[in-house]
Amino acid sequence: MNATLRRVAVRLRVDPVACDAYGYCAEILPERVTLDEWGYPIVDGTPVPAGLVELATRAAAECPRRAVHLEQVAAGH
Amino acid sequence: MTTMAIDTADRLLKRPSGPNSAMDLATHLAVHGPLRIPGRDDRSFRDGILRAVAESGLLGRGGAGFPSAVKWDAVRRSARRPLLVVNAMEGEPASAKDRVLLCYSPHLVLDGAEVVAAAIGAGEIVICIADDSDPSAASVEAAIAEREAGGTRRRFAVERPPAHYVAGEESALVNWLATEQSLPFQRVDKSVPLRVGRRTALVHNAETLSQVALIARHGPGWFRGAGTADAPGTTLVTVSGAVRSPGVVEVEMGTPIADVLARSGVDAELSGVLVGGYGGAWIDPSRLSTPYAPGPLAAAGATHGVGILVALPASSCGIAETARIVRYMAGQSAGQCGPCVFGLPALADDMELLWSGRGDAELFDRVSRRAAQIEGRGACRHPDGVVRLVRSAFQAFAADAHAHAHGRPCRGHDAPTVLYLPRPRASVGRAS
Amino acid sequence: MLATSSTTLWYSTRATGIVALVLLTATMVLGILTAGRVRTRSWPAFAQADLHKRVSILAMVFLAIHVLTAILDTYVHLGWASIVVPFSSSYQPFWTGLGAVAVDLMIAVAVSSALRQRISARTWRGIHWVAYGSWPVAMAHSLGEGTDAAKLWMDALAAVCTLAVGGALAWRVADHRRARDLAARVGASTRAVHDPAPAPRSAAPTLADGNQPTTEQPHRAGSATRLLEKDRQ
Repeated sequence: MNATLRRVAVRLRVDPVACDAYGYCAEILPERVTLDEWGYPIVDGTPVPAGLVELATRAAAECPRRAVHLEQVAAGH
Repeated sequence: MTTMAIDTADRLLKRPSGPNSAMDLATHLAVHGPLRIPGRDDRSFRDGILRAVAESGLLGRGGAGFPSAVKWDAVRRSARRPLLVVNAMEGEPASAKDRVLLCYSPHLVLDGAEVVAAAIGAGEIVICIADDSDPSAASVEAAIAEREAGGTRRRFAVERPPAHYVAGEESALVNWLATEQSLPFQRVDKSVPLRVGRRTALVHNAETLSQVALIARHGPGWFRGAGTADAPGTTLVTVSGAVRSPGVVEVEMGTPIADVLARSGVDAELSGVLVGGYGGAWIDPSRLSTPYAPGPLAAAGATHGVGILVALPASSCGIAETARIVRYMAGQSAGQCGPCVFGLPALADDMELLWSGRGDAELFDRVSRRAAQIEGRGACRHPDGVVRLVRSAFQAFAADAHAHAHGRPCRGHDAPTVLYLPRPRASVGRAS
Repeated sequence: MLATSSTTLWYSTRATGIVALVLLTATMVLGILTAGRVRTRSWPAFAQADLHKRVSILAMVFLAIHVLTAILDTYVHLGWASIVVPFSSSYQPFWTGLGAVAVDLMIAVAVSSALRQRISARTWRGIHWVAYGSWPVAMAHSLGEGTDAAKLWMDALAAVCTLAVGGALAWRVADHRRARDLAARVGASTRAVHDPAPAPRSAAPTLADGNQPTTEQPHRAGSATRLLEKDRQ
């Protein structure tokens, strides 16, 4: 079987209930997260380019409330 | 499609002649006809009713307008024995339709509940009624007692969650059943069914179930005989405000708003109409020919929501009423999500600044910006409803907004309010 | 011949103990500031949180050496158990015992943090809160047990550490009060602008003639203007 290198697209998502406005996600990945006037994240849900995936993973891992999730974008979306 | 066809009152609100009271089981069967509700394992009934409801195109009447048959698929695919939850919370203060159904046709609601329970294999039905609606609960309990005496195969329970605007939201209701806290949660994948503990739960609005009870009797073709192709059937609308006979009416989906209002007798000039609830939208008088159906209302910047029309007379101030609603809705936040907890009070502050004539030059831009920021960023649709309401107010009451912004008093300055805003209760469960 | 003489071990124990104490102080201060959401342009909050974690690990490394050298030092008898079982050693049971308490608390924090993804957020936070206590306990242990305790420089060091933690705590308490007042103001402003009439749902809806069930119009309490003004007072 030919191993085709397939990139699975991922995007960031925030659970607004868990979020407590620490703001780490916006510091780590400003390309995808900005803060509103009350300090809560506005997440750009477009797929994360390959070069930023590591930072996006870090943003999800560093959240003290585990509110940030990195999820796969289903094919065709 | 006929307008104001009197026979549309021969569906959900069909009643016997004579003194008005709750219909007992015998009267109910005489009025609506018999209905066979089989046990849990009757596959042909299950498949038959599922097909009928799918063909009927029934949309949920609880506010979201989701196709009812699609919800059943998700529940039937799950392995655990499901629970059917009847949502009669009626969180919208301007709505009385579920109350009317429960007080006067409880058996129609229970019929629908038993039919759906048979279709999804549920043995237990939980009816949720807000804790401030004792007459509805008493009526349902009496109807349940009649059914149990006659030998029903399902177990019924009546629960009384605290009355709160968001408590009727599906996820909040399920959460209350599981944890006694009416806290909504984010549903990333709607095809994954809701749960109460380990059991799958299907939540349906009381009116939706009443419609199912009629479809089970008369079939999808009959159901589609009223309404429009995209929004078939009838819908209950609570009409209030500047009307002669406020109350709940049953109309065909797609009836023009003006015709619905005419049934309750509007003789004053109106400055606007609130459609769909406090989480709905204002419509200005030039658009009263808009059909009351999801598609046309969405196109007009409004929403079908829960069937509600509040007529605002020309002598009233739409900006003042909107400011009151936004402040009320801010207080009804579940307190979980920053954009709602902080954003709604900020919008309320801006609306009150505008109303009091103390608005600054950036007020309109600020409201626009905040509305765009708040929208879609909560776990539930509560903040979205407020955003929609505020945007529609600036559309429908543009002249008034302009007057207030320049510090000029509007004609509605001293007009009596037409809105009912319930007394605030303790917060839903989590301290902000 | 012993590769390490008792004296070397003893110096090591004292030195690593003091370093561990200083690092623990730094950990506390960084932790308090992180919880207080201090951030500047050039020093982002997540980096602080990260530094707090790294310094705490370093503190535990020095703590481990401190404990190890203390056990290996045969000048005083300390069994292995006395590291984690408080007040069980024969040598200065009280002060050593305090050290063991501090060790226990720090192990709890370390384990819970390593397993953070698997335990509930509340459990993790609860353990972390209890671990606040490890600092004063460690400080008391240092002052009570340490043979440098009476020396001036040790007292000065202890004073500086205490000032640092005390200062950070004071700042945090004030900041928390500010945040709480802001939240209270937001909460107060959301008093519902409600209609003082009794709830219509406490009565059954009435029916009109014909096929239109109706409900009573809620009693109008007054003008929207007056209701808005009333609630702004």
